[in-house]
Amino acid sequence: MAHDAAHLGKQQVYEQFENIDQQNESYLVGMWSFLVTEVMFFGVLLFSYVLYRWQYQDYFYTIHKLLDVNMGAVNTVILLSSSYSMVLAVHFAQIKKRSAQLSALLFTIGCAFGFLIIKYFEYSHKIHAGLVPGPKFVWPAVDNPELMANVPASVAQMFFSLYFAMTGLHGIHVIVGILILGTLSFLVWRKSSLVEDYMITEMIGLYWHFVDLVWIFLFPLFYLMPR
Amino acid sequence: MSNVVEKKNQKDSHMEEKNYITTDYTLKSWFITKDHKRIAMLYLVTVLIFFFVGSVAAGFVRFELTSPNGQFLESETYNRMFTAHGVVMIFFFLLVAIPAVLGNFLLPLMIGARDLAFPKLNLLSYYLFLGGALFGVTALVTGGVDTGWTFYTPLSSMYSNSQVVLTLTGAFIAGFSSISTAVNFIVTIHKMRAPGLTWFRLPLFVWAHYATSVIILLGTPVVAITLALVAVERLLHIGVFSPEYGGDPVLFQHMFWFYSHPAVYIMILPAMGVINEVIACFSRNRIFGYKFIAASSLAIAALGFLVWGHHMFVSSESYYQAAFFSLMSFLVAIPSAIKVFNWSATLYKGMIYVTTPMAYAIGFLGLFVIGGLTGLYCSCLATDEHLTGTYFIVAHFHYVMVGGTIMAFLAGIHFWWPKMTGRLYPESWGKIGMLIIFSGFHMTFMPQFIVGFLGMPRRYHYYYFAPEFQIYHVLSTAGAGVLAIGFMIPVVYLILSLKHGAKAPQNPWNAKGLEWEKVDAVPTTHNFHEIPVVNEPAYNYSIDDEPPIEAEKTRLGVVRESN
Repeated sequence: MAHDAAHLGKQQVYEQFENIDQQNESYLVGMWSFLVTEVMFFGVLLFSYVLYRWQYQDYFYTIHKLLDVNMGAVNTVILLSSSYSMVLAVHFAQIKKRSAQLSALLFTIGCAFGFLIIKYFEYSHKIHAGLVPGPKFVWPAVDNPELMANVPASVAQMFFSLYFAMTGLHGIHVIVGILILGTLSFLVWRKSSLVEDYMITEMIGLYWHFVDLVWIFLFPLFYLMPR
Repeated sequence: MSNVVEKKNQKDSHMEEKNYITTDYTLKSWFITKDHKRIAMLYLVTVLIFFFVGSVAAGFVRFELTSPNGQFLESETYNRMFTAHGVVMIFFFLLVAIPAVLGNFLLPLMIGARDLAFPKLNLLSYYLFLGGALFGVTALVTGGVDTGWTFYTPLSSMYSNSQVVLTLTGAFIAGFSSISTAVNFIVTIHKMRAPGLTWFRLPLFVWAHYATSVIILLGTPVVAITLALVAVERLLHIGVFSPEYGGDPVLFQHMFWFYSHPAVYIMILPAMGVINEVIACFSRNRIFGYKFIAASSLAIAALGFLVWGHHMFVSSESYYQAAFFSLMSFLVAIPSAIKVFNWSATLYKGMIYVTTPMAYAIGFLGLFVIGGLTGLYCSCLATDEHLTGTYFIVAHFHYVMVGGTIMAFLAGIHFWWPKMTGRLYPESWGKIGMLIIFSGFHMTFMPQFIVGFLGMPRRYHYYYFAPEFQIYHVLSTAGAGVLAIGFMIPVVYLILSLKHGAKAPQNPWNAKGLEWEKVDAVPTTHNFHEIPVVNEPAYNYSIDDEPPIEAEKTRLGVVRESN
């Protein structure tokens, strides 16, 4: 144990733990347990999506043409790149290359901001087009009125409810991710003893990969519907 | 481990060391503590306050029903009253009472750890709970909610004119408090057991909390997001349950009960954990069928996720769904019965001492059996068509949740009171209180079985259509009064015991388990002077042990029941 701890650096072992291994293993089990709750969290929305898509498949297919598949694709590329840089950050944390770790983290944060900026343009376009469900919902949609005229306004509102609920919850996770990654970068920059060990970076990495993974589901579900 | 001399030495050498209470008296030291024992005490005080609030609401409901035309409340107010009772009791008392108080206090002690794995997260969970509760209370004082604790759509999402969003926010935040506690428990149980403490040497209390944590992990996020969806539907018209958008309000019921049925097991499994400890100790017997009890906890957790549809037999469920959920609900009876039979078998040929915790535990057995067996009437399709939405259901779930959880909570509080506070409570008062609570409980809820069977619907303000029901309602209300007096008794003597109770020795019950044998009379902040090594199975009792009655030697305890 002792030489492991030496190898990992001199991160503080908190008093409730026996040694650094127990502490790190506890962190990992805790993080995975938390991710289980996240899966259940998004699971509810996915389940609703499956239910309504099964019910309104043809309508949903028509409505999904209102979404901008290019923006979605760019966002997918951005998030996948950020996942790669996150992996690098964990790698550099393990081999203690602090400045490389910091740049990888900053790149990840940059990607997250890029994602949100594109999301902002998407959302504001939808809002201007009156596609937010509620009393002010504009239907048939101004973008493609002939095609959309066949679709009942109610189903369109359901589609956009799901769209905003799911991408919105994902967006909140991206924002939280930016906050966490920002804090981590700050700690790495200040050479804090908290991040002496790579475990914190690893855990944040797990979170970030989860956020990516959710998008990997959302992108085809909303933007790439098969006929 | 049973070496008395060794114990004495241990006690003497650490006599002067400060325990977790005396280590610091400032308020600040309590409110920013990371000590699981102090956090447990914070939870204890908080949940008792909510128990009081919920009871007052129940009192209003009961009083209102003593007349077929209501007493003095508006029907609107009546709706808000029973909702307040349900929301407060479930979200802010029952779901947290045993795990967050007893579980928090005892888990690290039982598995030989210095604290939970994440002490800061534990403190955060308390403040999340408090934050959620704050929203709940704000909703209550600014008008309350009238949807019932179940928040069914579209009433909650479209029509209700009460503080739905505030209440939902409160429940949402309190959910995260549950989740953080569950993550903490799971990690602690997996990673922080003392050397030699294998899974099958764990006290069953720990197994029960493990199963509970798994349920919380899988269930609570589901209800959290479901309630959040109702809130955004009200606020932003983003509605996945909205019939206006071609949505299905019944979807809400599925998602709600997917959590809220297992939530019953979040309340009852820790209760069963407490009962294991108490019954084994006071019958001086190894628990019968240890592995079966441990496995039945997990089985209840697993089956619990497959029975939610039995709340929806009359909400547009298909025959096949209904038949499936009915069958699954019957299956839950099997692990539950395994536990009850095993506890009874533990009593058999044991040396039974009827102390207050034991009295509560035996009371638990009676109430839980009645609650459980009447559950079978509710899971059977044919009878449930008649019983659904009546007071029969109300009586059934009160027998399980209140009769089960509160009896076990009180059993646990009494059993571990010496460890938690270092004081002994007065045995005779303890038993008087138990008898009053037990009889008050039956007086309150037995008439509800009858009136429900006769057709009294739940949540109705008036029953002028059937004035013959009045006698049952009056009986039930009288019982509620007895119950209220009963609950006051332990509160009074337990508080008095803090000052006037005799000092508790290290192991007043001569009980087995690390928290009794290896920890000081009142634990120190880090629990153990050195991490213990475990080399014997749990519940290594024998009827030749010394009697569990240190309390007998004190002025306060007059307990001895010659077997």
